[in-house]
Amino acid sequence: MSEDKIEQVAGAEEPSPARLIGTLAIAGLLSGVIIIAIYLVTFETIKENKARELRESVFRVIPDVTKMQKLLLKEGKLVVSYEEEKGEEPIYAGYDESGKFMGYAIPSDGPGFADTISVLYGYRPADRKVIGMWILASRETPGLGDKIYKDAKFVADFDDLAIEPPIVATKKGKKKPNEIDAITGATISSVAVVRIINKGNDYWVSKLPEPGSEPVYIEVTPPPSEAGEAKAQ
Amino acid sequence: MGDLGWIFISTLLINNFVLAYFLGLCPFLGVSNKLEVSFRLGLATIFVMVVTALCAWILNTYVLIYAPYLRLISFIVVIASVVQLIEMAIKKLSPTLFRALGIFLPLITTNCAILGLAIFATNKGYGLWEGLVYALGAGMGFTLAIVLMAGMRQEVEKANAMPKLIKGFAFNLIISGILSMAFMGFAGLFSSS
Amino acid sequence: MAKEQHAYEEFMKGLWRENPVFVQVLGLCPLLAVTNSAINGLAMGLASFFVLLGSSILVSLLKSYIPKQVRISCFIIIIATFVTVVDYSLAAAMPVIHKELGAFIPLIVCNCLILGRMEAFASRNTLRMSIADAFGMGAGFLFALVALGGVREILGVGELFGISLFGPNFEPWVIMILPPGGFITLGVMLLYFNWVEEKKNKLDKQLAAEAGVN
Repeated sequence: MSEDKIEQVAGAEEPSPARLIGTLAIAGLLSGVIIIAIYLVTFETIKENKARELRESVFRVIPDVTKMQKLLLKEGKLVVSYEEEKGEEPIYAGYDESGKFMGYAIPSDGPGFADTISVLYGYRPADRKVIGMWILASRETPGLGDKIYKDAKFVADFDDLAIEPPIVATKKGKKKPNEIDAITGATISSVAVVRIINKGNDYWVSKLPEPGSEPVYIEVTPPPSEAGEAKAQ
Repeated sequence: MGDLGWIFISTLLINNFVLAYFLGLCPFLGVSNKLEVSFRLGLATIFVMVVTALCAWILNTYVLIYAPYLRLISFIVVIASVVQLIEMAIKKLSPTLFRALGIFLPLITTNCAILGLAIFATNKGYGLWEGLVYALGAGMGFTLAIVLMAGMRQEVEKANAMPKLIKGFAFNLIISGILSMAFMGFAGLFSSS
Repeated sequence: MAKEQHAYEEFMKGLWRENPVFVQVLGLCPLLAVTNSAINGLAMGLASFFVLLGSSILVSLLKSYIPKQVRISCFIIIIATFVTVVDYSLAAAMPVIHKELGAFIPLIVCNCLILGRMEAFASRNTLRMSIADAFGMGAGFLFALVALGGVREILGVGELFGISLFGPNFEPWVIMILPPGGFITLGVMLLYFNWVEEKKNKLDKQLAAEAGVN
């Protein structure tokens, strides 16, 4: 009832189209200013958060590394990249304190039991082995499928794993160097992880440079924010 | 191509927008009392979703790489306007189609499944074809869910013994829960070897 | 003093008597999607609360300048702005929670509860009353999210806010933190609210009847 009354009162005067457009324009303008302000204020922190998350994941899948850099495939060659590029498919190279190359961290994804699983795994070309695995994103069943990252033994199976012949998930106990033990009750998720890593290998291994001729670590002057962080430590 | 198949099946069955992501619940619970109406609403949703995916892709590719912070606002404004324009066009060009989709078009624009589709497709980094297939899967998944729901609700209406207390939202939610559980059975469809 | 009472009434109305979730059944999409744990429910509840409060204040202040023909568009722009602010602030301050809630933060825009309050309340009432209303509705929504998240987490994982409740022998009822659990838990909660309502109605009728007899 009260609604009708208000409609009538408001409808008494008809505002001009110019005023309607003007109001919307001002609203849009104000909202734009506020959004840009908050974007600028939070931009550095968000970027740092993302970079830290990535660094932690890479350090998790390649043992003993303290430095990393992003590599992109350009005209069949791996080149070091610092900028964000659209549609890029990067891999990451990890180096120890002295700048010695330790391995690649390769992202790969594919269908899991429920949704797409995103995996990051470490690969050492010198002995053609997977040296670590970490799940970046998944929606596997809690209590069963999520053991692919919660079960320490399953994750540890990927710390030293030959990639030839292609990795196999087995239920009969790991015997060969290219086998891992599938999780009981989550065979499909286990097989999915293995399949995703094999897919990554199929794509990347042939494109990597000869062992020994990996891109060297290039020291970059850290941006001011990171320099501050380093000082604080 | 295997990827497109996975995207389609995944959004249609395994990660159904309504039953696994809870998107578009308002029409799902509100409109699903008549089979015929639900089906038409579903068709209109598929249509709007495909249009949305196209808009989202255009925005993402040509506008938002320069201004990522405007994503949310531009999605809302552009999708709403485009659907309105299309509604007018359909009204002019094909009155039959307009009667079929009719009043639902503007309603759907405010449906969170539409914005959800645009945001999910962006977060997943889908290209044009992937986005379109994703939209088709999501729309058909929505249609499937709402039609099944309407069918069940029509049958339940016939049962007179239902206590008054249980009728309404509470009961519909519990049916949805059971339907959602049934859809969980589709998990693993693509990865079992 | 009387006015004070009135604002308090508005607050309680949102929190309990007209609870946006349990009584009005609004805003279900973000509600069900993120409440697989109490902490996620809390974060989503606070984010929605902030958006609702901010938009209510702004709409109430600007209501006489917004022509009625474009009011919905203006409301949506205002809401979307606040949501973007929340999205970026969360991503900067609490990246872990932001990742958990993921795409559902932008979807606060589509929460019909917020737009509904703008249209039905904030655009027609004083600033003071709008703030009281936003506090009530926001708190009611927050309460529903935490309650739902809490119940699902207790049954599905045996924890509350990440603290184990039952010790290692607890066999979790996993389905509760999966999507079906969300539907069913909310369904059962609504049943309870219906039941309370019906009991109250019966009591009122009985009282009225008795009063009539006397």
